[in-house]
Amino acid sequence: MEKSSSIHATDINIIRKKHMKLFITGLILLALIIVSGSITNYNHIDGLASIPAALQWLFANMYFSGSTLSRLPTVLRLLWETILISIVSTTTAAFFAMIFAIVGSKRTSVNGFLMYFAKLVASISRNIPVVAWALILVLSFGTNAATGFLALFFGTFGFLVRAFIETIDETSGDTVEALKATGATYPQVISKAVIPESMPQMFSWVLFMIETNIRSATLVGLLTGTGIGYLFDLYYKQLNYEMVSLITLAIVVAVLIIEAISNLIRREIL
Amino acid sequence: MNVETLTRPDNTAEKKTQEVVFPFPEEAAQEKLSVEDVPVIMEIKNIDKSYSGSSKVLKDISFDIRKGEVLSIIGPSGAGKSTLLRIINRMIEPNSGVIRFQDKDTLNMKGKALRHMRTDIGMIFQHYNLVDRLSVFENVLHGRLGYKSSLQGIFSMYSEAEKEKAVEIISELGISEQIYSRCDELSGGQKQRVGIARALIQDPKIILCDEPIASLDPNSSRIIMEYLRRISREKDITIIVNLHQLDVAKQYSDRIIGLNDGSIVFNDVPEAITAESINHIYGSNLEELIVE
Repeated sequence: MEKSSSIHATDINIIRKKHMKLFITGLILLALIIVSGSITNYNHIDGLASIPAALQWLFANMYFSGSTLSRLPTVLRLLWETILISIVSTTTAAFFAMIFAIVGSKRTSVNGFLMYFAKLVASISRNIPVVAWALILVLSFGTNAATGFLALFFGTFGFLVRAFIETIDETSGDTVEALKATGATYPQVISKAVIPESMPQMFSWVLFMIETNIRSATLVGLLTGTGIGYLFDLYYKQLNYEMVSLITLAIVVAVLIIEAISNLIRREIL
Repeated sequence: MNVETLTRPDNTAEKKTQEVVFPFPEEAAQEKLSVEDVPVIMEIKNIDKSYSGSSKVLKDISFDIRKGEVLSIIGPSGAGKSTLLRIINRMIEPNSGVIRFQDKDTLNMKGKALRHMRTDIGMIFQHYNLVDRLSVFENVLHGRLGYKSSLQGIFSMYSEAEKEKAVEIISELGISEQIYSRCDELSGGQKQRVGIARALIQDPKIILCDEPIASLDPNSSRIIMEYLRRISREKDITIIVNLHQLDVAKQYSDRIIGLNDGSIVFNDVPEAITAESINHIYGSNLEELIVE
């Protein structure tokens, strides 16, 4: 007890150091904003000032009328197609991601080489943006739904492998040990410990990716000439802003509905 | 005060707890195992273990494990207790040494033989290591996986006899009301009993217990320790248990192994433990320890 008497509370400057760090971080951020703005000739003040005019233009041009609304069925049909494509690509990607994640997680990997191979494949497919995938694939597959499917598939696959590996690492260490100790085989350990333990969180990731992919699918469709993205592009280039805003609104509503549904499912399974 | 606790005969406390938990067969409790009569089921010889690069965790560990005994391993944190326990069922590989179990050298086993050896050794854990999202019944049946082919295991093809055995063990351990419950709904003491049930259904010769009561309250701890001793007496299964609590070790074990810095510094019946041997094991005087 008597040893601690040499420490004085005034000597402990932990809190002061934290405040300094926060202040310096703030300064660096401010400097980055100013420097990057001046290099790219982007003026923050002008940018902010142009917002009212832009909003005015939006309201004047994008407010759609009854005649535009009559084309809603076409919009909905293509929107439905887009939603289906993103669901199919996400679930297919999830299936393969699960296999790669089991091989790639240090808790369940069969051997070191396969582990790094799985991680490498996932990393490559994740780090090429979905847009780049779409542009590359459209060259070899042409403008059809398969291209959109594949572009979404690769992006999703890479992301899900990483998410799944983290899920497995987090959830199943203890039970893997317990089942191994009973003399269970590797496939038994995977099916009885790893999958039941990590399933809810993996499912949650899949739902998240379905939401994300419906948004990305619009962009991918724009590049590959399919689905709702194609329709958006078509009317945009015709300067038919009423249709553009109808399509945008439909996408927003669809995403909100999907989000609500997946939140509901998530609450049930977790 | 502490010295008093140490030298006091434990009989009074013991009888009280027996009445509360279950009718413990009086003669079995009194029975003194004369060491020479009991067959050795596992011989551990000259085990060395070091993790990559660092200093040795276990140094030249040798001891015999006898049938049906309760063997406590005590020692300070980092003495190598957990490592030693996991070397017994080869969850951790030693660097050198010999382990003979049922007349076979376990350190050379691979694949099927290794799995078969593990079915003979149950294990329970400090954090229970149950699959939280599955029912008590399913978790207990996991103890049978070692006897099954991969496919049988994956599709949960347990025989009627195995299911009946599971129900029987679950009732014996007093958790039959929770049989349908998911394991994350259980209390710590109940979870540990599921862990014991999972080990028991393996029909093991040895049950390894890694700090089984370190996360439990005193009452649940007592129940778990009573169950473990009862298992050793009634089913003649050897219980090897890592413990932090000296008093628990003294009260429940037939033999205590004291581990300090990777070496065995004590290996005898609980009655033989003295203030000096405790000093050897924990590296500090008895008065400085909390022995509750």
